[in-house]
Amino acid sequence: MSEIKLNLTLKVWRQQGPKSPGSFVSYKVSVSPDASFLEMLDELNNSLEQEGKEPIAFESDCREGICGTCDLMINGEAHGPLPRIATCQLHMRNFKDGETIYVEPFRAKAFPLVKDLIVDRSALDKIIQAGGYVSINTGGVPDANAIPIPKDKAAEAFDAAACIGCGACVATCKNASAMLFVSAKVSQLALLPQGHPERAKRVEAMVKVMDELGFGSCTNTYACEAECPKGISITNIARLNREFYKAKFSH
Amino acid sequence: MVKLDAKIPSGKLEEKWTNHKFNMKLVNPANKRKYEILVVGTGLAGASAAATLGELGYKVKVLTFHDSPRRAHSIAAQGGINAAKNYQNDGDSVYRLFYDTIKGGDFRAREANVYRLAEVSNNIIDQCVAQGVPFAREYGGLLDNRSFGGAQVSRTFYAKGQTGQQLLLGAYSALSRQISLGNVTMFTRREMLDLVVENDVAKGIIARNLVTGEIEKYSAHAVVLATGGYSNVFFLSTNAMNCNTTAIWRAHKKGAVFANPCYTQIHPTCLPVHGESQSKLTLMSESLRNDGRIWVSKIKGDKRKPNDIPESDRDYYLERKYPSFGNLSPRDISSRSAKEACDDGRGADGGEAVYLDFSDAINRLGKAAIEEKYGNLFEIYEVITGDNPYQTPMKIYPAPHYTMGGLWVDYNLMSNVPGLFVLGEANFSDHGANRLGASALMQGLADGYFVIPYTIGNYLASDKPSLASTDDEAFKSAAKENDERLKKILSINGKRTVDDIHKQLGRIMWNKVGMARNEAGLKEAIKEIAALREEFWKDVKVVGKAEDLNQNLERAVRLADYLELGELMALDALNRNESCGGHFRTEYQTEEGEALRNDDEYAFVSAWEFNELGKWTMHKEPLNYEFVKLAQRSYK
Repeated sequence: MSEIKLNLTLKVWRQQGPKSPGSFVSYKVSVSPDASFLEMLDELNNSLEQEGKEPIAFESDCREGICGTCDLMINGEAHGPLPRIATCQLHMRNFKDGETIYVEPFRAKAFPLVKDLIVDRSALDKIIQAGGYVSINTGGVPDANAIPIPKDKAAEAFDAAACIGCGACVATCKNASAMLFVSAKVSQLALLPQGHPERAKRVEAMVKVMDELGFGSCTNTYACEAECPKGISITNIARLNREFYKAKFSH
Repeated sequence: MVKLDAKIPSGKLEEKWTNHKFNMKLVNPANKRKYEILVVGTGLAGASAAATLGELGYKVKVLTFHDSPRRAHSIAAQGGINAAKNYQNDGDSVYRLFYDTIKGGDFRAREANVYRLAEVSNNIIDQCVAQGVPFAREYGGLLDNRSFGGAQVSRTFYAKGQTGQQLLLGAYSALSRQISLGNVTMFTRREMLDLVVENDVAKGIIARNLVTGEIEKYSAHAVVLATGGYSNVFFLSTNAMNCNTTAIWRAHKKGAVFANPCYTQIHPTCLPVHGESQSKLTLMSESLRNDGRIWVSKIKGDKRKPNDIPESDRDYYLERKYPSFGNLSPRDISSRSAKEACDDGRGADGGEAVYLDFSDAINRLGKAAIEEKYGNLFEIYEVITGDNPYQTPMKIYPAPHYTMGGLWVDYNLMSNVPGLFVLGEANFSDHGANRLGASALMQGLADGYFVIPYTIGNYLASDKPSLASTDDEAFKSAAKENDERLKKILSINGKRTVDDIHKQLGRIMWNKVGMARNEAGLKEAIKEIAALREEFWKDVKVVGKAEDLNQNLERAVRLADYLELGELMALDALNRNESCGGHFRTEYQTEEGEALRNDDEYAFVSAWEFNELGKWTMHKEPLNYEFVKLAQRSYK
């Protein structure tokens, strides 16, 4: 436990609703370096509430980097300055005393703002609903060991499946493309035999909905991979493209 | 007057579920679409139930307070899911999984429910693999297993340290498919505030739209609650920030009896508290105990760095006290032992933490092998604490993690309120007084995929419930009451913030209704909680409006319910004059400090009926052990 406190200036995006104008509001905070970034916001909110002021609306849930709920742009970087973590895993020891920190929502055309730092990412659910599954019902499935799957294939599928659906890839992409997100699900199911029967149909349906929802195109800047809290590789995007063209030519 | 009938089918243990499935009434496929079912919660239990009921043809509506059905806290389960596959040929069977679970629960669960859980465990693994869940595999391509606390076989299936995530995303994908097919309608950012009961039958719910603040009414032929546990009553727990008791608590106040509220699980391997601003505690998977050795110094107040403490000064207390299970002793035993060592002044730096040391495993298996098994957990640890567990032992301490208690349900998972079903952690049914590791995922999915689809059909076909109109008086008055309650909270405009009061409640609960309890402490807790509740209603300060996205108000509403539940937990703990599993009363222990059960007087489920605030009536459901001999749990 550290006794020293960091004194920081926060510039936080405040916006009452999707149609109201928004702006940065400054706050001075003094925080333990052992606290997490979100705990710092909790403390700030607690003091705002004490003063009768509305706390900053932001989302988080598990605070273990797995649920994908938290989503802040910190000094212009999705989930802040460290690689491979979600916002909730960022700790204040990574900042310097006296620093000014800008906190913004994940911005993208497909992620309309709800309030302050909260955006609506339901477009990602809609892409999954278009085909991010194996079309089987409960019951009547073969024994789990009936189909052996090579260890490396299973591991590769797992790495793609580790996506937490936070939307950092979209928020960080200059085109607001969801290609990394889509490719992660397409790859997981393309790598496993269970996903093969619907392979072509799936990739076409998911890409179609992705385009309809206002996500941009991929121009290979790799920013998504750099900001992904789970380190989802852009090789998945290459696989998505292969799957997509294979599907097109199969008609 | 509440009458509890567990409706356990007669006959041999291994035939009960099969016979029951045959004896239950079915709903004709063409009639299924005429029935509307409301599912609250999209964790493992809720998502799997909603998807499966949608597949069967029912009209399903699902609510979650999250922005997406993929976020529920099931996602954070790390270690794995148990199943009696016996793929390892190490002596596992349905009966052994059943027995381990009953014994692990310290003989306070229903035999029939637990046997069914063990029976369907194998179907769960098959189902998840078919969905494309990428479980860990061996080089030959078959599924890998690991061991977990309270078992001497390897029956835990896993996907690195992200098993809950992969299983939830599997259920979420099945749910997404049903949404796209139009069988399931998804309502996100909705929080259930109340259950609507008409003529003693559950007819729907009242929910708040968390974006607009609007109070909404939903009616259905049956209501399924899969809203998780209540560990956040402790303020600091491993539960997610938004996990809350409101749905089940409000149902309790509308007539559903609450079973075994005092059975809470304190998980032995969590990260220690760093300071006052701590918002929640982080769990480190119990699977780490497969290869990590737990120890403290033999010397009180030892401030040396762990690597400077020589082998001769180390006390591997679990290996010493429980040689056959060692570091894999069940959670309640491991947690209490850690607390004892720290209370004795032998914790890390003399404080509240013990060491979890991987140096032997790294020397034996190599760093790469450890990295493959636990790499992501080690990374998480380093990110949070700044220490590298490959070089220095982890520091861990127990934290509230899971609640075995919950709404009382019968064998069909229906509460005493007809039409109200309760699944997963929200019910009390399968884990007795202590849950074994990797069994929560199993229960959530068993309830959702393989139990409710049968039993809800039986209810609909037998009782033929009608669909109420949301213009009925019951809906209108419930909506009005809840609206007024929110306005009341906002109008108090006192001095204390929600978190301030919640932290105080948490301290009362942790100190007096936590890992070790006694009569005097529990009596004090009951008084203190009631006083704090009064203070809340006089002095809380909640800002903003009800007709808006207002997270301050959301937290206040949840806290108001915790301030009532906390009292019932203490009351139940006071009433249970024995120690069992996660419920440890210091007055009742063996000479060696182990939990001392009293089977003659307390082999029952305590099911509490709500009369008015501070007044409950306890009903007993006797636990009749027909097949298992009650024994003292021994892990020595």
